[in-house]
Amino acid sequence: MDKFITLKGVAAPLPIVNIDTDMIIPKQFLKTIKRTGLGISLFYEMRYDHQGQAIKSFILNTDPFNHSKILVAGDNFGCGSSREHAPWSLKDFGISCIISTSFADIFYNNCFQNGILPIVVSPENSKKLMSLASNQKEFEIDLPSQKIIVDRETINFEIEEYRKKRLLEGLDDISMTMNYEQSITDYEYIQKKNKPWLFKDIK
Amino acid sequence: MSTGSPKTLFDKIWADHLVKQRDDGTSLLYIDKHLVHEVTSPQAFEGLKISNRSVRRPAATVAVADHNVPTINRENIEDEQSRIQVQTLSNNTKEHGIEYFELSDRRQGIVHIIGPEQGITQPGMTMVCGDSHTSTHGAFGALAFGIGTSEVEHVLATQTIVQKPAKNMRISVNGALPFGVTSKDLILYIIGQIGTAGGNGHVIEYAGSSVQSLSMEARMTICNMSIEAGARAGLISPDQTTFDYLKGRPYAPTEEHWAKALDYWTNLPSDTDAHYDKELVINSLEIDPMVTWGTSPEDVVSVQGIVPDPSSAKTENKKKSIERSLEYMGLKSGTKITDIKLDKIFIGSCTNGRIEDLRNVAAIVKNKKLADHVEGMIVPGSGLVKKQAEEEGLDIILKEAGFDWREAGCSMCLGMNPDQLKPEERCASTSNRNFEGRQGRGGRTHLMSPELAAASAIKGSIADIREFK
Repeated sequence: MDKFITLKGVAAPLPIVNIDTDMIIPKQFLKTIKRTGLGISLFYEMRYDHQGQAIKSFILNTDPFNHSKILVAGDNFGCGSSREHAPWSLKDFGISCIISTSFADIFYNNCFQNGILPIVVSPENSKKLMSLASNQKEFEIDLPSQKIIVDRETINFEIEEYRKKRLLEGLDDISMTMNYEQSITDYEYIQKKNKPWLFKDIK
Repeated sequence: MSTGSPKTLFDKIWADHLVKQRDDGTSLLYIDKHLVHEVTSPQAFEGLKISNRSVRRPAATVAVADHNVPTINRENIEDEQSRIQVQTLSNNTKEHGIEYFELSDRRQGIVHIIGPEQGITQPGMTMVCGDSHTSTHGAFGALAFGIGTSEVEHVLATQTIVQKPAKNMRISVNGALPFGVTSKDLILYIIGQIGTAGGNGHVIEYAGSSVQSLSMEARMTICNMSIEAGARAGLISPDQTTFDYLKGRPYAPTEEHWAKALDYWTNLPSDTDAHYDKELVINSLEIDPMVTWGTSPEDVVSVQGIVPDPSSAKTENKKKSIERSLEYMGLKSGTKITDIKLDKIFIGSCTNGRIEDLRNVAAIVKNKKLADHVEGMIVPGSGLVKKQAEEEGLDIILKEAGFDWREAGCSMCLGMNPDQLKPEERCASTSNRNFEGRQGRGGRTHLMSPELAAASAIKGSIADIREFK
């Protein structure tokens, strides 16, 4: 997995609440069997008209936000479907940090599987950052020190230690879990005795 | 299991599936049953291949194609991408020795309908699926939640998932449900009360006499939409209704293990005095038949209500959100909900595509006709639901009323297959999400119960079932 340590650049403001994963990447793009190539379809219905032409007023279609690596969004970002195509499309577009007052659980989790840092800030700070983003100020995200630095202002953020470590080191969950193979086998052995109806395939 | 401090159902299932508490504060949780469908699994199987990993326990996984499948002429899926995705699932399951219900199999259907129907879903289990509506299975007292594709790969490879415990929330609904009020109205009402982020970080346990009196199918509707309240999972303590439903189903414990299983299940319900981080108590008499007017499931009002006024919003954000929704929905503030004219009716989905739903719809539309300007479509949740309905003659009643009678799948709930709304078409839908574009770009969705959708189909505009004759 890609590491995330620091990030610098303009942040695109998207002051809409409850942006759901259907808005992030609509259904017709879920038919792919690949993880890549979804960036062009990110926010499809807000970004393109019925003829497929880019809607000039949409923030990610305007310079310099069309190169944003950071998104500042309204409350409860990523609600709805569990589709990991949502973080894949953000990442493929180039966004690897999202700032909001809250995130839906599954989306939040999916971000960390893809080297994306979702940052939770207070409503006051969200308002402030939204306005700084609109003014095209350069944002600096520093994960080791858990700081957002913009326009001489510093905002600290919280992140669980294990999630931080995984992003900083780009760790892969599966290989970490594989280290516990014996514990998993032991668990199955005990549970087969307790709940034999669930473990008929295990000798 | 009953030793120590009082525990919730969630606490008990968690403790019983804990493989390892890790130093970093996370836990490795064992997954009893993994459900897989065609949309969120191809990249997971591809990941296994790239890393040269195998499926750890193929017997713990069941697969079915549901999201993408056409509901007519399905012998050959016309859309190339959809066909490839369904074929990929078939190939992957064969390669890894995973049980797969083929499209031609009578048992094929929406993954969250067939789990319970086959007896795969059982109390006390941990279940996951790359689909947020996995919360449905919580109706059996199983800890069931949706996961992303990376986690699907993780579960395939290790039969475990990395988690931190959720917080406990209890919503108790007491009293008999008033006439015309269904479990769909109950969950829509709850979402309206706590909001789409109200359950974030929590598992919601539904309790109280209203919930206990419901059938398993009605309970599934409630747990299904827990995700729309932001909760990772919904739970209902298993009871005699649960055990009666399960007995004799193909994948339920057989006679050999039934008594032992029953003993285990009987000890699962939350202990008296167990601690909840959040509590909400609802009197069933507060609840009316409910309808959504906007583009979030929390945008819900009584069927006797009106479309809200943005200026009544408490915050600037909420005001903007109402304005945006009204514009998308093509609605004016102050319009009576029962004056909203409809173009389409969709009955189906993992929320309301079960046999009881179809029976209730048939009872309402029997010997009646859909309004002239309305098109209605019924998509049974599974091939077996369809078969059952046909054996009961429901299909005849529904077709005579003017409904299209389709094959099983997710269909217009998310419109990944050809079943979609056209721009500005307005639909009464028994599904779970009214997001912008959800049922088709520009499509306008009003979520409601099957009963309300049926009455609305006849009336041609949103109907209050309590006034319907």
